[in-house]
Formats: sequence, structure tokens, C-alpha cells
Amino acid sequence: MDELIIAGRKFQSRLLVGTGKFASNDLMLASMEASGCEIVTVALRRVDLDNPGDDMLAHIDRRKYLLLPNTSGARDAEEAVRLARLARAAGCEPWVKLEVTPDPHYLLPDPVETLKAAEILVKDGFVVLPYINADPVLAKRLQEVGTATVMPLGAPIGTNRGLKTRDQIAIIIEQAIVPVVVDAGLGAPSHAAEAMEMGADAVLVNTALAVSPDPARMSAAFRKGVEAGREAYLAGLGEQREQAEASSPLTGFLRD
Amino acid sequence: MTFLDQISRYDYRDVQRAINSKTLRDVDRALACERLRPDDLMALLSPAAEERIEAMAQKAHRITVQRFGRTILLYAPLYLSNECSNGCRYCGFNAGNQVPRRTLDLDEIEREALVLHDKGFRHILLVTGEQPRAVDNEALAAAVRRIRPLFSSIAIEVYPMETDGYRQMVDAGVDGLTIYQETYDRKLYAEMHPFGKKSDYDWRLLTPERGAAAGLRRIGVGALLGLGEFRTEGFFVGLHALHLSRHFWRSHVSVSFPRIRPADGGFAPLSPVSDTRFVQLICALRLLLPDAGLVLSTRESALLRDHLIPLGITQMSAGSCTAPGGYATKDESGRQFAIDDDRTPAEVSRVIRSKGYEAVWKDWDEAFLEKAG
Repeated sequence: MDELIIAGRKFQSRLLVGTGKFASNDLMLASMEASGCEIVTVALRRVDLDNPGDDMLAHIDRRKYLLLPNTSGARDAEEAVRLARLARAAGCEPWVKLEVTPDPHYLLPDPVETLKAAEILVKDGFVVLPYINADPVLAKRLQEVGTATVMPLGAPIGTNRGLKTRDQIAIIIEQAIVPVVVDAGLGAPSHAAEAMEMGADAVLVNTALAVSPDPARMSAAFRKGVEAGREAYLAGLGEQREQAEASSPLTGFLRD
Repeated sequence: MTFLDQISRYDYRDVQRAINSKTLRDVDRALACERLRPDDLMALLSPAAEERIEAMAQKAHRITVQRFGRTILLYAPLYLSNECSNGCRYCGFNAGNQVPRRTLDLDEIEREALVLHDKGFRHILLVTGEQPRAVDNEALAAAVRRIRPLFSSIAIEVYPMETDGYRQMVDAGVDGLTIYQETYDRKLYAEMHPFGKKSDYDWRLLTPERGAAAGLRRIGVGALLGLGEFRTEGFFVGLHALHLSRHFWRSHVSVSFPRIRPADGGFAPLSPVSDTRFVQLICALRLLLPDAGLVLSTRESALLRDHLIPLGITQMSAGSCTAPGGYATKDESGRQFAIDDDRTPAEVSRVIRSKGYEAVWKDWDEAFLEKAG
């Protein structure tokens, strides 16, 4: 069975979805259902964890979905850590998608503060899934402090531009010893398929689903894209041929 | 996760069977890949791949030139002692062999070091057997401190240590560790190492990890070719190198290709590796590990070494003597094995240049060491 394993927990689906930007909770739920996802991420700043009647939370069946709180909006390590601890105190599982994005324009993650927060949260017993720029050395530093995944961005969040960081992500995938979840910037199922074909372990998509005229249909399309990419990766893609001319034989000297 | 965890998932015979069942299609697929999966490595090591040896060589050449340029780093081994308590059946230092035993004192070590320094070497590999009464950590550290001013890089190929021992080496000025598993086949390993500390397979397997954890910056692994079945050995040595480079990413990993040579004690290779297969192995590992150092010793003939220069090799020893004290005294009794390429370092360097490559003598600096000894 081809399962995604994060921190010892097994998942069948390799598509993680976000809950932001949907026009209604109904559309969000339809999208989640059609995507086949098992992990949904929720911005802690958007929900009232202490209120059982919180509009969005009340709609999400926690027996079906692992709720992955994210620290979006945090500008530094301290804020992110505080948010994560509040979520746990309110009864969430100790899983956190760590986002530290001091730049309000492109919401690009701060590598220094992310590493700092990850270290604190891991020591604190959290399962940490950090959102990062596609920086292979940062990815290694994070897995070294014990994060459960790394989540490099394909393009700035919400841009739908696809795998602009493809070469760097390829290095991360090649070297990582934790699952690599490509997060942010994936705007089309083909982008998701491309990431999966490269060997990413999973992808996270939000904007492309939420702002689609038909979120459920688009979610189903992404689901297929992810599955197709994964299948192709497992089958083994034939890469494009190099048209190399063997100039002078290098093995002509072999006689045995 | 350690490499022991990883290797425990494989059965040596199953891997051997899987490699032998690879087809030419598998090989072509692997040849077209930018990054190899374990299955692709198996294909490149398979009998089917022999038909694609030239294509593998061309690709290995291209990758190596792209990553390393046209350079060959030269180094020399310096044998400190041939005293040994192990019973490795293939080794001239085997405790059961009646050979003159010798351990150099600090002045003798320095004399050897000066000879190598005069020949131009700045990268040196210190070698001993495993005999704490002859050479222990303190003695080794003292030797390193004594010759440190002469060299920019000092690596060790000695008995396995605890992590703390390796920290002591780093503090003394060692930056590299070479340690061969000899064979990844547990059963054969037990037969080849009937007694002594070396008979502990797991302890040896995890040695590179202890060294890297202690901060050693260059880690070398290898299988002794002629012991286990070379295709399967190649597969595991490749996985080992990959594991190390992923888990200890601050260290540079290299792979050596020691083929069994005549040694005192007269051990005959159990499964000899032909030149063609030797080339196949080197090329397969280059395709798996584009950035790894690939190391060739003077065990190989001058002719073969010259031809291997463009095929992926990045480091070579030259003018080696495998007997303690042999550089200064010219006395080669008590050597570990007979070398084949007996040209001087200057001659080897000339040949490297004549092939359009640069012979590199210094590619490290003690400024990289975190602590001064």
C-alpha cells in the first residue's frame, strides 16, 4: 500500500487542502469531500477554538479529517509559538503547520524565525510541518531539529503560478529524510502532477480550489492530478533523452 | 534512522537475484534518469548493463567533468603500524600471519611524513591495524599533532572508534575518515572476520556515522572487491554513501574501489572482478552519486589507472608503500598488500597532465577545522 506517513501517522491521500478564501462553508466542505483529502489546514487566527459553535470548525468532521492548525499571520517565532500553544490548549492535536510570514505582500516565510520556532515547538512535543521557501539547506536544518516534514513553496502563496522553484525543490526531494510537501503557488492540477512526478510526497493546495468558479469540481481535478503524478513517479518516468555523441570511446581499452 | 535500520530491510540474496533479473530496458531507463532510484542502481549494476558500458562511461565522464572539472586529487597512505589483533582472512596484517611487525615511533612517523611532503603530498591517509597496545587514540592523536604542520588534510584509516574517539581525532587535526565494510554480506563477513573486534558487523557498519557525528568532514566507504558478489556489494555501498550524504550532509562522502591484491598470507579472491565489471561498478556509482569523491589506489595497474582517469575517478594515491616505515627505509617487508602501479608521484602527475587533467595536491585547509589542536 502506497501510504503517506507523517510522524508515524498513515494517510491514503497525498493532497492536503486549505480552508481559506472559500465563499461559503458549504463550498469548502464540498471541496474537501471531492479532493479526497485527509488533512485540512486551518488558520488559527480565523477560528475561535474556544467556541464549540465556531462556524467553520463546526462544519469540519474531525473524525474524518486531521485538523492541521497553521500559524499564518505570525511575524516572528514568538508569535508562532504562542499561537501553536493556544491551539493545543484548546484541544487541538499537537500538530502545527508552521508559517512565519512577516512580509504581508507576498507572504514569504522568514527562514530565521521559522527555524527558531520549529526548534522550540519540536522540543515542546509538537509535530511541526514548516512552510519554507524552496531552500535545500534550510530544509536540512529543519529536519535536523526534528520537523515532521518540510513544505517548500512552488511559487508565492496565492499566485497560481506553479513550480517556479522546481530546481530547488528537486534538490530538496533528492536530499530530504522527511516527507516533502509542496505548498503554495500550485494553480492547476498539472502543477500538482508535476510536483508528484518529481517525487514530492504530497502537495497542499488552497487558493486554486477556493477561488475556482466550481471548487468541488476543481478539487476533484486536483485529486486526479496528484494521483496521476504519484502513479507516474512510482512507475518510473522515462526522462528526455540527451542527444549525446560518443566522441571517443572511453571503454575501448577493456579487453576482458 | 541508521544505515543498519536501512540495510536490515534488504536480504542480500534477494538483492542479488533482483539485480540479475534486470533487463536492457531497465538499464536504458536508468541511463536516461537524472536521479537514480535503488531499482535503477540495480539495473546499472546488472549483467544486462554490460552491453551499455560505453554509454555509462560517457555519462559518468560528463557528470564528473561537470561537477569536478578535469582534476585528480593526489594523496598518499602513511602506515604507522602493521600490528593487528584481527583475523581478516584476506589481509597481510592478519594476526595469524608470520610477518615482521612494526610500529613507528613519533620520530619515524615524522621521517615518513617528510618524505611524502617532499614528494609534494599535502593530503595524507594514516593507516594502522587494530592493536591498542601498538596504537591507541592517544598515540594516534600525538602522531597527527606531530605531522600536522606538513599537511593540509589528514585522514585516518584505522580501527573503528567510539564517537568520542573521533572527536579526539578532530581536535587533534584529523578531517577525514576512511572505513570499508569489506563486505555487506553478513554471512560472508562472519567467515572473513573469524575473531577480533572486527568480527562485529554492526559496529563496523555504523562507524562512518559515528565519525560524521563527531564532525569529520570527509567520510570514505567501500567494499573490498573480490570478497562478496560485486554487483550486490556495489548496490549496498551506493546505498550506504547515499544514506551518509543525506543524514550527515555537512560531510563529503567518497567511495573507494579496492580490488584484492596478492598479500602475505596468500588469499585468493573469492569472486574476482574483471576490468570490465570494475569499470561498470565505478560508472554505476558515479551515476548514482554525482558529487561523491571516487577513489582509486595503486592496487590497480598503471594502464588501467590511466584509462580510468576520465571515467569518474576524482582521487588517486600515488607512489604508495603499504609497509610501516617503507618510504624512508625502502624496506617493504611487512606490507599490507603488493601495489601494482609503482610509478612515482611525479610520473603519475605527468600522466594526469598529459590526459588534459590537473593533478591537485592541496584541496583542503586546516582553517576549516573548528578547533585548533
